[in-house]
Amino acid sequence: MSIGTFLIMRHELLLIVAALSVLIAEIFWDPDKKKSISLFSIILFGIITIFGFIPSTTGVLFGGMYVTSGTTILMKNILNIGALLVFIQSVTWLNKEENSEKISEYFLLLISTLVGMNFMISSGHFLIFYIGIELATIPIAALAAYDRYKNKSAEAGIKLILSSALSSGVLLYGLSMIYGTTGTLYFSEVAKLFGNTSLQILGFIFFFAGMAFKISIVPFHLWTADVYEGSPVNITSYLSVISKGAAVFILMIILFTVFPVIMATWQKTILVTSVLTMTIGNLFAIRQQNLKRFLAFSSISQAGYILLGLIGGNQLGMASVIYYILVYIFSNLGAFGVVTAISNATGKENIDDYNGLYHTNPKLSLIMTLALFSLAGIPPVAGFFGKFFLFTSAAQKGFYLLVLLAVLNTIISLFYYLLVVKAMFINKSDNPIAKFKSDFPTKFALGICVAGIVVTGFASIIFEAIKNLSFGV
Amino acid sequence: MDILSLFVVIPVLTITAILLFKDTRQVRLVSAFGMGLQLLMAAVLVYLYLSARHAGNLDEMLFVKDHLWFKSLNIHYAVGVDGISVAMICLTSLVVFAGIFASWEVVILTKEFFVSLILLATGVFGFFISIDLFTMFLFYELAVIPMYLLIGIWGTGPKEYSAMKLTLMLMGGSALLLVGLLGIYFNSSPDGSRLTFNILEISKVVIPLPAQRLFFPLTFVGFGVLGALFPFHTWSPDGHASAPTAVSMLHAGVLMKLGGYGAFRVAIFLMPEAAHELSWIFIILTSISVVYGAFGAIAQKDLKYINAYSSVSHCGLVLFAVLMMNQTAMNGAIIQMISHGLMTALFFALIGMLYGRTHTRMIYEMGGLMKVIPFLSVCYVIAGLASLGLPGLSGFVAEMTIFVGAFQHPELFYRIVTILAVSSIVITAVYILRVIAILLLGPTTNEHFEHLPDAKWFEKISVVTLIGSVVAIGLAPFWLSTMIGTSLHPIIERIIALNPF
Repeated sequence: MSIGTFLIMRHELLLIVAALSVLIAEIFWDPDKKKSISLFSIILFGIITIFGFIPSTTGVLFGGMYVTSGTTILMKNILNIGALLVFIQSVTWLNKEENSEKISEYFLLLISTLVGMNFMISSGHFLIFYIGIELATIPIAALAAYDRYKNKSAEAGIKLILSSALSSGVLLYGLSMIYGTTGTLYFSEVAKLFGNTSLQILGFIFFFAGMAFKISIVPFHLWTADVYEGSPVNITSYLSVISKGAAVFILMIILFTVFPVIMATWQKTILVTSVLTMTIGNLFAIRQQNLKRFLAFSSISQAGYILLGLIGGNQLGMASVIYYILVYIFSNLGAFGVVTAISNATGKENIDDYNGLYHTNPKLSLIMTLALFSLAGIPPVAGFFGKFFLFTSAAQKGFYLLVLLAVLNTIISLFYYLLVVKAMFINKSDNPIAKFKSDFPTKFALGICVAGIVVTGFASIIFEAIKNLSFGV
Repeated sequence: MDILSLFVVIPVLTITAILLFKDTRQVRLVSAFGMGLQLLMAAVLVYLYLSARHAGNLDEMLFVKDHLWFKSLNIHYAVGVDGISVAMICLTSLVVFAGIFASWEVVILTKEFFVSLILLATGVFGFFISIDLFTMFLFYELAVIPMYLLIGIWGTGPKEYSAMKLTLMLMGGSALLLVGLLGIYFNSSPDGSRLTFNILEISKVVIPLPAQRLFFPLTFVGFGVLGALFPFHTWSPDGHASAPTAVSMLHAGVLMKLGGYGAFRVAIFLMPEAAHELSWIFIILTSISVVYGAFGAIAQKDLKYINAYSSVSHCGLVLFAVLMMNQTAMNGAIIQMISHGLMTALFFALIGMLYGRTHTRMIYEMGGLMKVIPFLSVCYVIAGLASLGLPGLSGFVAEMTIFVGAFQHPELFYRIVTILAVSSIVITAVYILRVIAILLLGPTTNEHFEHLPDAKWFEKISVVTLIGSVVAIGLAPFWLSTMIGTSLHPIIERIIALNPF
């Protein structure tokens, strides 16, 4: 095995180097200038993100345990972009006095989760997949408890670690059944040996349930709102976008490549869970007052829409899922970016607090409106195109009823997104959020999000590029 | 840049220009200039269209431009117009132009108001020039969403409730529509060649009948919600009553026409067999719209509610005529869209002006206004007479054509519903004349009203533009109905050829 072969793992290796550099840099950093570590980490990570786009060799390593292809590289790049945006958005918050002692830990832990996700996406064997998924989850639990003196934050950390331990248990139980009936854990061989026996179906259901925890699909969503509310805003946005995106990617790859034999089964499973997820996520979102909880339930319902792309098992479906995740990264991070900015400046996180925001902070209100419209799927922003393609892919396989239910659900979601818009533009407030100026990183990150929301839709070249790298069952 | 895309580009440029200016006066002038230019463009378009037709160009759509957009799904940005779309574009630019002048005195957030208003207009223009279902749907939704802010921020009365109700119901309609469009798309090439969203290409194939039966109702109801199809019309009275003047004008005048236009251009044109089979259901529903809307208008005391219910009745008549599926009735449907668009915009403009002076819209609180503000009052009478179908004004031409067309069907069912629908003319006369009597004639009841100022210059521009068009159509309907008729011909031929009965 030569060095050249190792470069197939370029994404993972670069991330590990970055994580270690941040750790080592902290030792030698001037203690008075601790804050500049975040700048260093972001620049480092930015370079890695750009490196990811350089074309490279793809292939298989470790006897099929690790696989890369154009598709996985694309997915990793999309996650990198999202993570970079989260990093930039967190600078203001990390610069606060109480956080200055643990800046490098923040970057170290987040980059490690990203390494886990990359391994997970590139796995060709269920063990690598499992290691990846754990590496992607456990550091997040530590970060959820980052504000460790706040009860809610500590609670979020504990809840996340316990529920993910449970879900891992369920997942492993399912994998053990798959191993027991096929005698192998390699994806390619499981795919060949998988039949339609009851035990195998049961094994699949446990596997799916385990993944459903990570993606927060109803009925496995109960941890989501509490964890999202308790964690620091940036961790919440990371959880809702990057973690969810990575889990969706690998679920899609496994469904398409490992379980095509039982497609009829997983289509039924997805049909039911998707309708439940959309509807329950939406109905609960209506009643939320805290914006983080609000966005938590909104992200649950978004997971329901994303499942529509999986159900057909077609190339268009995979393309639309990857595309939608990209759009979702920009839109959700746009919304979270505004929440972060306001939370940092004033500490306010309720919808009522946003009353009359347009009169004091028009730009933030407009960005928030744009992001929410994109989440709701209103043209001409990217969310409309994303949703349209998801629905098209499901309709291609004849799931018209599901599409109808999904579109009707977007109406419910429009209702609660408009409630926020109404608060900002129409409601009057005696005590509005005062006018404030955001610092450069916040503006920069929001600018990228806005550009992403506007451009990703119209620029058909992005969708076509993704489509060319996708595959179907 | 082709001439049709300019109809989207000019509003977008106007919006950009508005954003550059700070001063209220400049914002107003820029909006008026932009939309004036748009009106001029519409006139140029009519000229170019007529001369192309005169020169013997018999294509179904003229000025077609087609750019491939999403290759893998065969989505195009495709534009093209026939006589019907040209007429609708003229209507839109007239109403928007008048709307800008009718909202000259918006004081809160002026800039945002004009931006949203013109954004709404962009969606409408885009909708009428599109011949690709995807672009059409995109523009359709684009036209719906600014309504929320327009009503919510600048409206009156229970504006937040009305805005939410209107937005959600219209988006509900577009939800049905989306499924319908996807159904059409995936059945657009039964022989297995490339799927397409292009209306002209789809019209060359016959969508399988089972698919038509499934997707025709979805598409028709989807557009019908916007065209105030009973029982999905309930957003309209609340929405129109709460909206600010220009928005009521644009919404009742133009946006509701998107429903009628789409119902016939997409639902009936592309799926004629299912349309023939299922039309009886919708004919009953639209007859209810027509009669119920008219009765509803009698019972109302608020001027805007009266006009909103009257719109339900008149737009019901559009859908009613479209469903008759013969040349005469459909011709009438299009003229009715134009005529009602102008007339109702005129009504809402006048109501807005009256409200700005008297600060009430309740008819019983007003009286004897004819002596005080003669200009506005006379205009109100003209609008009323057009609405009840007086010969010489546009309403007469439209309704006459519709009823003649509907009565051409020999079956008893059609005869009965036509007679029912005709009865709405009488009811219309009741509510129009009653309002005129209470509002304008008689002694001035309230002494505050004795010194009301008459119309200002910008109000006159707005009103005169609309009245001029109403009279023009009423006196010389032939150029309009010829323009529409030639374009209707191929459509009707296809619809009749595919009649299973």
